[in-house]
Amino acid sequence: MRHEHIEVNSGLMVLLILLVISIGGLVEIVPLFYINETVEKVDGVRPYTPLEMRGRDIYVREGCYLCHSQQIRPFRDEWLRYGHYSLAAESQYDHPFQWGSKRTGPDLARVGGKYSNQWHVQHLKAPRSVVPQSIMPNYPWLLETDLDYSDLADRMKALRATGVPYSLTQQEYDANVRRFGKAIADQMDISQAQESLLKQAREKDFDGIPGRITEMEALIAYLQVLGTMVDFTKYDEGYFTSFR
Amino acid sequence: MSDNSPNAQQPSSAVQTTGHAWDGDLQEYNNPLPRWWLWSFYATAVFSVLYWFIYPSWPVGNTWIKGFGTVNYTMTDKASGKEEAREHRWNTRALLLEDLGAATNDPQRKDMLAKVQAASYDQIVKDPKMMEFVRSVGKGLFGDNCAACHGRGGQGVVGMYPNLTDDDWLWGGGMDKIHETLVQGRKGFMPAFGAVLKPDQLDDVAEYVLTLSGETQPSEAAERGRAIFQGPVGGCYYCHGADAKGVPSQGAANLTDKIWTIANVPAQKSVQDKKAVIEDFVARGVNNTRIMPAWKDRLSPTDIKLLAVYVHQLGGAR
Repeated sequence: MRHEHIEVNSGLMVLLILLVISIGGLVEIVPLFYINETVEKVDGVRPYTPLEMRGRDIYVREGCYLCHSQQIRPFRDEWLRYGHYSLAAESQYDHPFQWGSKRTGPDLARVGGKYSNQWHVQHLKAPRSVVPQSIMPNYPWLLETDLDYSDLADRMKALRATGVPYSLTQQEYDANVRRFGKAIADQMDISQAQESLLKQAREKDFDGIPGRITEMEALIAYLQVLGTMVDFTKYDEGYFTSFR
Repeated sequence: MSDNSPNAQQPSSAVQTTGHAWDGDLQEYNNPLPRWWLWSFYATAVFSVLYWFIYPSWPVGNTWIKGFGTVNYTMTDKASGKEEAREHRWNTRALLLEDLGAATNDPQRKDMLAKVQAASYDQIVKDPKMMEFVRSVGKGLFGDNCAACHGRGGQGVVGMYPNLTDDDWLWGGGMDKIHETLVQGRKGFMPAFGAVLKPDQLDDVAEYVLTLSGETQPSEAAERGRAIFQGPVGGCYYCHGADAKGVPSQGAANLTDKIWTIANVPAQKSVQDKKAVIEDFVARGVNNTRIMPAWKDRLSPTDIKLLAVYVHQLGGAR
């Protein structure tokens, strides 16, 4: 085929361009469906509880990902500042993942447990009241708006369709009990979603307002669990290098 | 450009044109690529093939070409607890371990960290070189981990986070106590007296508490407040002590100095307002709102030790 044929035949040219570009895409994407060896086998990673899941939704809704990444890279400076680099296993139930590459604010992959709930409430309401140098916007409405948890089941079913093991049937529930233990399996059961959300909110009271479940409650529940599921002291550091 | 004929533009008969003429006389040279450029291009193609085999690259089936490049690093083995040299195929995670363990990376910092870890608090404080190290490294650690609550300089936020530069310590200000606070975290608690004491009793207690630090003069009301504070009705002395100087093992505040960590008394102008903030605080108590996170899983033992010394030298040394 002569070059001129392609140049003068736009239909053929479009077809060939698509072909060339798709090779690049396919080579990058297709193997991801087959390579399971890169996901570290670690204990502790579980899907989010209904409250944490709603918190994640609010995180996405407010666009937190525009300024905060959730991926600590394996570099010395990040290791020193944020802690252990993120594992693939840690975001296996994230749909969509919140890795990101834009850090206007700090990385949040291991923010869980770093600050108290009260600090988070104050900081989200008025960041500069605790960190004078901060350029983060205020999010006062999180504390004023009651959390909508009427559609929990639909949200969990949607995530289930993407592969998150929230359970619908008794069989799935039993499998979760074996895999995660009863306490966690209960929180992953779609039929109990409302109860477990209320229970977690009542017990932990993340927003500091007993008797009310605000959007702040859910968001802080989510922030406090980030990066805390894997106990790194259990593993030899060399273990994680074998997955790359 | 007076002569527009195609032939007049041909500098050399060796160069071919693409064979197409636009507008009757416009033609395009079909020069061969410079040889040096072409060979560089071929060389990069050959290099890329080598690259596939040196570094992890192509997916194959459900695995991938892992490359024959290797990384050597030394680290402490988890099982045996011994330092060992390891070799691993090249990847960024192994590179990080090499980077963290490399002797060439700030060896002085590593030396000093080992020295700080081995030394006692007394030895650290007496050694100007170690203190210089603590101040510079501690500043970074403090900024990354503590400053969000306690402020960059450790000044705290009145009503929320304790000031670390004064000499008032809820949980004790010795380096060993600060260390304990860092390792296990703290959870402040004070019962709510709103349901226990009547409003006028709360008023009396507030009056008494203000006399302790000399904010107000002793009065009849304060005397009634003392009875509640020191007696079974309020029982405040259980935690704050009969002298009201606080009990660090309980995290109970010293009420006899002019330093206020939660109730923002200094900001109130009138005695009435000062009393009001104290009454409000005593009525509500503290539960789940004064929490210092535990750092033992987040920072290394050396980092925690270093921070204990750093916080201690911020000015509030006890």
